[in-house]
Amino acid sequence: MFPTPIEKQSQAAQITYKALLPVALLLWLGPLLAVALFSVKPDADFVNANYWGLPSSFEFMHNYGQVFFNSDMPRYMLNSILITVPTVIGAVALSSMTGFALGIYKFKSNMWIFFMFVAGNFVPFQILMVPVRDLTLELGLYNTKTGLVLFHIAFQTGFCTLFMRNFIKALPFALIEAARVEGISEIKIFWYVVLPLMKPALAALSVLMFTFIWNDYFWAVVLTQGAESQPVTAGITSFNAQFRAAYHLMSAGSIVAALPPVAMFFLMQKHFIAGLTLGAVK
Amino acid sequence: MTASTDIIDSEPESWFHRNQQAIAPWLFLAPGILFFVVYVIAPVFQSFNLSLYQWDGLGQAEYIGLRNYEDLYYEWVDRDAFYVSLKNNLIWLVLYLLAIPAGLFIALLLNQTVFGIRLYKSLFFFPFVISQVVVGLVFTWFYDPTFGLLNQMIGVFGLGPINVLGNEHLVTYGIIAAGLWPQTAYCMILYLTGLNAVDPEQIEAGRLDGAKGAKMLWYIVLPQLRPATFIAFVVTIIGALRSFDLISVMTQGGPFGSSRVLAYYMFEVALSEYGFRMGYGAAIAVVLFLIMMCFIVYFLWSMYREEKGH
Repeated sequence: MFPTPIEKQSQAAQITYKALLPVALLLWLGPLLAVALFSVKPDADFVNANYWGLPSSFEFMHNYGQVFFNSDMPRYMLNSILITVPTVIGAVALSSMTGFALGIYKFKSNMWIFFMFVAGNFVPFQILMVPVRDLTLELGLYNTKTGLVLFHIAFQTGFCTLFMRNFIKALPFALIEAARVEGISEIKIFWYVVLPLMKPALAALSVLMFTFIWNDYFWAVVLTQGAESQPVTAGITSFNAQFRAAYHLMSAGSIVAALPPVAMFFLMQKHFIAGLTLGAVK
Repeated sequence: MTASTDIIDSEPESWFHRNQQAIAPWLFLAPGILFFVVYVIAPVFQSFNLSLYQWDGLGQAEYIGLRNYEDLYYEWVDRDAFYVSLKNNLIWLVLYLLAIPAGLFIALLLNQTVFGIRLYKSLFFFPFVISQVVVGLVFTWFYDPTFGLLNQMIGVFGLGPINVLGNEHLVTYGIIAAGLWPQTAYCMILYLTGLNAVDPEQIEAGRLDGAKGAKMLWYIVLPQLRPATFIAFVVTIIGALRSFDLISVMTQGGPFGSSRVLAYYMFEVALSEYGFRMGYGAAIAVVLFLIMMCFIVYFLWSMYREEKGH
């Protein structure tokens, strides 16, 4: 193990390490903890410039109640869910098929198609912006959740294909050959042989996609406007306009907006990290 | 499954069955390719084409040849918005790479087995999961000259207050620092996973040879971390060139346009209250695309060598 395990070092080193860890963490998360502190303070504290002292009263219920019952925030959250969930399903479904095709079959253009997906995934959003916006307008899907979902599915298929293809390629090919010898059709090989083996990849990719899509801001601004279809990342700007200078409410709003991917991460940590680091280890 | 075998046995083999293995991949690929071509590949070419037009997004587009690029050239010469954006992109690109050593540093710090270390790792990774919009808001308040945590901290040393986001010389660095926060977390997790897979025997062998500390890291550990470094490099470069959310949330390109980057400037030109100059925006996007393309080609080339190596 590198670096040398701390247990093998002097008592002093061990104590220093254990004492420094919480300090380092506190510094690392400082800006975030500040927002958390703000979000439970009463309005009066900001008027009296009591920014950093203890809250003069604990207003957790009041502030978060405002966010949930007195703003468009629940609406934005619902929109985010209605955009994120179909996208995750769509992109994972499409890419398990493309990944299967590129990971299992050997044909001439295989590598080129694979590279098309990989390259497309790295393209800057701005070069897609005007044409995609036009296309969405023409389809009558501007300012709808569907318009956003369709684009997200298409774009994320790039990354998801890379992920799925690499995963499928690492599966034992003998299984597929055995199935073929048995005369099982290719579609059934996909459904009954490969898909069950892909469960860990499907889980990892779904968690990862959920976070990526939930956190998207650019396309939300380009393809939607207004509370009826905007997700929470874009909605938070209108929310902040509504509560201008009400830092306690803006902080509470930000925390609420950030929470679902955070919850997802802590619940599905193993899958999340497996997804993120696929390929980081040989 | 028996049903299908029966069909194969009883009927003469159809054309589809005989050629199944040649056709199947295309059937599996069709929906994915269709979506991807319509929404990603075709728009790239459409943008290239659009950059030769003058268009407000509504009326008739007018073909103007390379005039948009000429205008960009003059903006460059006059050190105008395009120059500032490109320069800031370069600063982003260079400074964003600091996330890689910083991530490695934190990963080395946390690669221990003391009590509760798993929770520490998760909490250090935490910033990456939060949306950039929220990161932007958090750091906007962090930098706030009246109550921001930053000014509280430097106030202890009798300094400040400084208005990072209001100062045209500091603003880009301030935003990059905010961006480094989640990006470092990302690199950290890549390295933590990589460190897990480092061969303990090589470490032991190195120790017997008297290697330790920095030498051990450089000659024995880092070479084994190459795959992690490569991915960290890819995601950091792409992340740096994609920087949009933070700038949009924290400064909207200000003050006086000093924190613009190409990604933001393009959006501003094409789709904000400053006007709907779609063609000009497309030209800026093309420049950004070409810069990105240098890296994409390099990444693909590395991947290609890897594939061939197997």
